Amino acid sequence: MSLTTESSTNFWLTRPFSERSTQIFLGVLLAALALVTLLHVAVPPGNPLHVGAYTVNLFGKYLSYALLAVAVDLVWGYLGILSLGHGAFFAIGGYAMGMYLMRQIGDRGTYGHPVLPDFMVFLNWDSLPWFWHGFDMAWFAFAMVLLAPGLLALVFGFLAFRSRVTGVYLSIITQALTFALMLAFFRNEMGFGGNNGLTDFREIVGFDLRSDATRLGLFLATGVALALGYILCRAIVTSKLGRVSVATRDAEARTRFLGYRVERFQLFVFVVSAMLAGLAGALYVPQVGIINPSEFSPIFSIEIVLWVALGGRATLYGAVIGAILVNYAKTIFTGVMPDAWLFALGAMFVLVTVFLPKGVAGLFRYLKRRKREDQTTDPDHQHTSKEASA
Amino acid sequence: MRRFLSLALLCFLLLGATLTAQAQTDTANNSGSDNTGANDSAALELLEALDVESYTAKGEAITAILQSDDERARDWLQALLDGRLQRTEDGRFVLVLENRGRDWPVADVLTGEALGEMSRRDLERIGINNNLRNQLRSAIAVVDLYSPNVERRRTSAERLLGEVDGELVPTLDDLIEQEEDEQVRYRLTQAVAIYRAEAGEMAGVEALDGSLHPRSRVALSRAANSDDPIVANAAAASLAGIEQQLKLNRGLETLYFGLSLGSVLVLAAIGLAITFGVMGVINMAHGELMMLGAYTTWAMQQLLPGQPGLALILSIPAGFMVAALAGVAIERGVIQFLKGRPLETLLATFGISLILQQLVRTVISPLNRTVITPEWMSGSLVVNDALSLTLNRMVVLGFALVVFAGLMLIMRRTRLGLEVRAVTQNRAMARSMGIRATRVDIMTFALGSGVAGLAGVALSQLTNVGPNLGQNYIIDSFMVVVFGGVGNLWGTLVAGLSLGVINQVLEPWAGAVLAKIIVLVFIILFIQKRPRGLFPQKGRAAEG
Repeated sequence: MSLTTESSTNFWLTRPFSERSTQIFLGVLLAALALVTLLHVAVPPGNPLHVGAYTVNLFGKYLSYALLAVAVDLVWGYLGILSLGHGAFFAIGGYAMGMYLMRQIGDRGTYGHPVLPDFMVFLNWDSLPWFWHGFDMAWFAFAMVLLAPGLLALVFGFLAFRSRVTGVYLSIITQALTFALMLAFFRNEMGFGGNNGLTDFREIVGFDLRSDATRLGLFLATGVALALGYILCRAIVTSKLGRVSVATRDAEARTRFLGYRVERFQLFVFVVSAMLAGLAGALYVPQVGIINPSEFSPIFSIEIVLWVALGGRATLYGAVIGAILVNYAKTIFTGVMPDAWLFALGAMFVLVTVFLPKGVAGLFRYLKRRKREDQTTDPDHQHTSKEASA
Repeated sequence: MRRFLSLALLCFLLLGATLTAQAQTDTANNSGSDNTGANDSAALELLEALDVESYTAKGEAITAILQSDDERARDWLQALLDGRLQRTEDGRFVLVLENRGRDWPVADVLTGEALGEMSRRDLERIGINNNLRNQLRSAIAVVDLYSPNVERRRTSAERLLGEVDGELVPTLDDLIEQEEDEQVRYRLTQAVAIYRAEAGEMAGVEALDGSLHPRSRVALSRAANSDDPIVANAAAASLAGIEQQLKLNRGLETLYFGLSLGSVLVLAAIGLAITFGVMGVINMAHGELMMLGAYTTWAMQQLLPGQPGLALILSIPAGFMVAALAGVAIERGVIQFLKGRPLETLLATFGISLILQQLVRTVISPLNRTVITPEWMSGSLVVNDALSLTLNRMVVLGFALVVFAGLMLIMRRTRLGLEVRAVTQNRAMARSMGIRATRVDIMTFALGSGVAGLAGVALSQLTNVGPNLGQNYIIDSFMVVVFGGVGNLWGTLVAGLSLGVINQVLEPWAGAVLAKIIVLVFIILFIQKRPRGLFPQKGRAAEG
């Protein structure tokens, strides 16, 4: 977060690339994508180095979580808004994708109805609800992946920021938002498959979802989306807009008195973040093959915040590290000793907030600084990072 | 054969269950009748009187049986009617359980004990004629109405509503004349009136005016379709009046349920109002502290089996202590390191809530535990035929108000309350005046947590006690606190009760889930309008 260094280039979108952390992050990400692809395609199955389709799928899931975490870090780290409802945007993006995938099934469902998805036939509906129209077209569905969460964030954010709801209050009402949506989506009458959600997907833009090649493609697409999302967020936080956001985070009233329309900056960043979360959800759904209301649960949203906190808030790459670490741990734990997972998760919440307030990324930076201080006795710390808590 | 036997047994058991339930109240009421030996010889005498030639004498014997307070009388009369009351060769009375085939299974009339099978030739039936049959039929319907026990007459009279036929009416009219108990007489009159109204008689319609019993309404709506326009009009008018009354009663019931739900919300939120409002600490583990309180009640009932009431009373201080100690541990272990960072506190306490939930799942069970409701809390207060208020909810409502009053007293009238308010308003100043702020923090958090424990004890009487108990209430509790205005106990009370009532008012036409969603959306919008809640803090404390 080098707010103090004025970057050499002027164009906002190229500015992130001049930063060391972005270069390293993109390098590592691309190397990882290439490596996994290579190990999956080139190394024959049976070889211990071979990466199976299941693992590729799992990594793809982690990457979509990482994108979600980046979105949360953008609002929490740089805007000081602890959103406990980002799971809602993620899930809405996921539902938009799920609706597209449902329509792609066509007449191959259990009931073989040419238009209606299985659950609607089961509920004896005779026509498609109005909001399901258009989702048979890929471009429309993919646009909705961004627009639907964006619109919700726009309305919600407009109301909230205009009346200066901040801090804890905002956190609690975002939680209420996702809780209300969860209850709503559990209802069959909503037309989103109720309890069971949307599942049984077959293909995406003509590719069979069950084939290994499609899975690899989705994994790579998620990786690219993560890279682009990361660059976008980095571009935002290094721009003037980003600096106003940080100023808002640290001293909202002062920024307001300096003449900035704080609520507009907040609203813009919040909507961008929600759209990124929606994109993450849309990439997540075809890889796990189901979307149901449990993605709206407040616990999931709060878990996302833990990923960011563990990785290191206001670093963006920390969010990625946190998301992958926690979810990898979850995969291991739930496989080996499922009962212990909630203990571990709970302990992580406590330990990270108490002992590791800047997360893993903060630990890196601390070690790096110590090293540099040992080498040169330069008293000027260029990072007087004031990660004041909101 | 076997199926029939088990069916008969089932009927017998069902009947027996209701009768023993009555018998228990009987023995409690007239202590003299527990001498079974004397009882049996008296019963035998009654039965002997049946085995005579003259049908007139038999009729008198039946009346005698009716007027005896023997709980087996109904069985005997039913058996007599069915021809299953028989006599063996050695003069014993038996009930024939099934009279098909050559050998019949029989049971002793007095004890109900099965005596195995007997050949039909060894048995002699006690015969009756048509007159007696009619007498028996109506007698069995009203057998309990002759009982000297008031409770039994009341239940029996209630059972008669809508079951009266023409033959019974004269008998009932006689009984109404003789009846001393107000309630029984009211029910019997009602039962007769229902019969008359359904038969299209004006007297019945008039008598049913204003009656809220569902059966009365059925009768009246039938009378409203009667051929006689006068009767039909009167019935329709009565019905309209009754509908009005019912609407009122339904409104009252909704209000009661709303207040009850609200009292639960208040209980859950008021501890939070202290820790969140007064200390600025977001305790996401608050719900789990409630869960601890509920489990304390369960554990107490395990320790004191057979005394659920005592256990519940003892759980009140115990639940408070357990939750308060857990709260102190949380405060000392985690929250004190996160002072001034409310969002981090939120995350850390959420972690604690996960750990506590999983701990209960691992140590006790992931399944719900049963907490018994003591007798003095079960049942309901019957106001009228359309409105009865469940007692456990009433107790919880009262409990919530008492807890609220106690907290108000502590905050307004004690030294602790004074210190808490001082620290809330200006920590540095309070400390320089000699208030030990850390100690105040601990005490406040213990108090807030303890109240959560109390809420758990109360909740154990209304909902399932399981590991998810707290989770279900945490979002609602935050909503109540935010809605009411942080740092304001009155606000919490008003917000909790009104949200409860709003929820219940919405429920009938929106459904439970949608009502909840509407309430959540309402609060979200309300916060936009008034970010500091219903009753915002004024003055310096508001700037914090």
